[in-house]
Amino acid sequence: MRTKTWAPYALIAPTLVLMAVFLVYPIGSVVYYSLQRYNVTQPWKNGFAGLDNFKQMLFDDPLFWQSLAFSAKWVFVEVALQLLLGLILALIVNETFIGRGIARAMVFSPWAVSGVLTTGIWILLLNPSTGIFQVLSEWGIGSPGTSVLGNPDTVFDALVVTELWRGVPFFAILLLADLQSIPKDLYEAASVDGASRWRRFTSVTLPHLKDAIILSTLLRAVWEFNNVDLIYTLTGGGPANQTTTLPLYVARQAVDSHNFGYGSALTVAGFLILLFFSILYLRVSKFGSRA
Amino acid sequence: MTETLIRPPVDTPPPPRQPTKRRRRAVAEEPGKRWLIHVPLVLYLLFTLIPFYWMLVFAVRPTGSTQLVPWPVTFEHFDTVWNDIGFGIFFYNSVVMGLGVLVFVTVLSVMGGYALARFKFRGQRLFLLAMLCSQFIPGAMMLIPLFVIFKGMGLLNTLTGLIVAEVAFQLPLSLILMSGFIRNISVELEEAAMVDGCSRLRAFFAVVLPQLKPALVAVGSFAFIGAWNNFLFALMFATRQDKFTLPVGLSYALGEFNTDFGALAAGGVVAAVPVVLVFAVVQRFLVQGLSAGAVKG
Repeated sequence: MRTKTWAPYALIAPTLVLMAVFLVYPIGSVVYYSLQRYNVTQPWKNGFAGLDNFKQMLFDDPLFWQSLAFSAKWVFVEVALQLLLGLILALIVNETFIGRGIARAMVFSPWAVSGVLTTGIWILLLNPSTGIFQVLSEWGIGSPGTSVLGNPDTVFDALVVTELWRGVPFFAILLLADLQSIPKDLYEAASVDGASRWRRFTSVTLPHLKDAIILSTLLRAVWEFNNVDLIYTLTGGGPANQTTTLPLYVARQAVDSHNFGYGSALTVAGFLILLFFSILYLRVSKFGSRA
Repeated sequence: MTETLIRPPVDTPPPPRQPTKRRRRAVAEEPGKRWLIHVPLVLYLLFTLIPFYWMLVFAVRPTGSTQLVPWPVTFEHFDTVWNDIGFGIFFYNSVVMGLGVLVFVTVLSVMGGYALARFKFRGQRLFLLAMLCSQFIPGAMMLIPLFVIFKGMGLLNTLTGLIVAEVAFQLPLSLILMSGFIRNISVELEEAAMVDGCSRLRAFFAVVLPQLKPALVAVGSFAFIGAWNNFLFALMFATRQDKFTLPVGLSYALGEFNTDFGALAAGGVVAAVPVVLVFAVVQRFLVQGLSAGAVKG
């Protein structure tokens, strides 16, 4: 079947064209814009800026560092909790019980829900006057009128839980798929050798899941770093920029202030940071080498 | 062959029936341990379902009511969002965009996936590497250059523009997945058909395509869900209200009708029902497909 023809090139040609126009060219132009003063609302100031945008970013923009720090915290907390809960959930729905098919469909379903819709649902759930905390307080649990999204002390926790609701199924699905590819006789051999449930988990299940865990945490970390929908609509980065991530800062530069030059410089920085940590992560975790 | 590839040891493990019985017996031997499964499962189900229920309740009870089990139900909020706020139009736009992305992503990923799985060609590794690298490109960070390109091509405020951008972003991962699925289909049958005088194209339609059905369902429906949920591109590139998709419409509802929870909830139900239904049907294929090694392919 392996022949030298034009056929494979014809088959990938449309994909290549799409990627060239909508992925490769934009990346090139982001690098170009990052060296320009480019603001749609102030066109008379546009022109070559050299490294001015980057200087401003590194030395004159506290919000850049603040948003970067928040991005790091956000990614770490979300990925760690999603992995832990996703793994537990995958182990549970991998067991045999009555109604397992329906249970799976239900616990996985938030995965299909968009960030904006998640925001809508959780605003309804958390609103101070008719939300869940009001109902609980009527039952004698907690205090009435709790506004978790407006309070600087609780807004982070509320954001984290909301994203968990939508994010845990991703890990659960991927890890469940990998659990099912573990040969059953491995467990039997371990049982025969007298291994306890916990021992079987640590010496059979976990080593098998290693690559899936590394890959899914990396994909998810990149995804959570880039994820804008939920935070943009739920808190808008507030209160007082407290929950502004780097991509959200970029999106606001693009959508609100139309400062394309500076926004592009932020983009380049974000892309480099992401690439650096992805490579580092794959190296350190020794992806692909089974223990 | 496909049967075992696409339907691996999921609910009922294949031939050696022994393990199933053993496992059932093993569980039955530890009846005290069953709560370890049931309690966390029920807790997690509550965590998942209460938010959905909350939205449903707000959507069907009259404004001002605080009943937790609303009766009688009202459909006035649906009437408001569908006809007055324009969710009817947003729904139409989302359906067109979702189906457009579904068709293009599926067709192009089958073509590209077939090229990767069945041919060896110069630049193949580079192509694959580029596909993988594209996964690191942040959509939010492409807003600025894409806006400039769209403006130049006259694609702003068109559904075509939204479809094209979404296809470009979704295609790499779908294509890699699809090439894994195709690689799992044995080459021999296809070769036999070609020896019998079929052209490669006919062999593909007669032999490969029928076996590819589960993969087509999985890739297609996930393309649809992704397009249905896309927010940033639609927010940035469709600024005229008659081109809004559901997520953009919802985001405005969040701002403008912040006090009208009934309308917000009804809009949410309109946006949620199609994808949650699609997902409920296909999530089985996803787990099975990934488990069959398509990801490692």
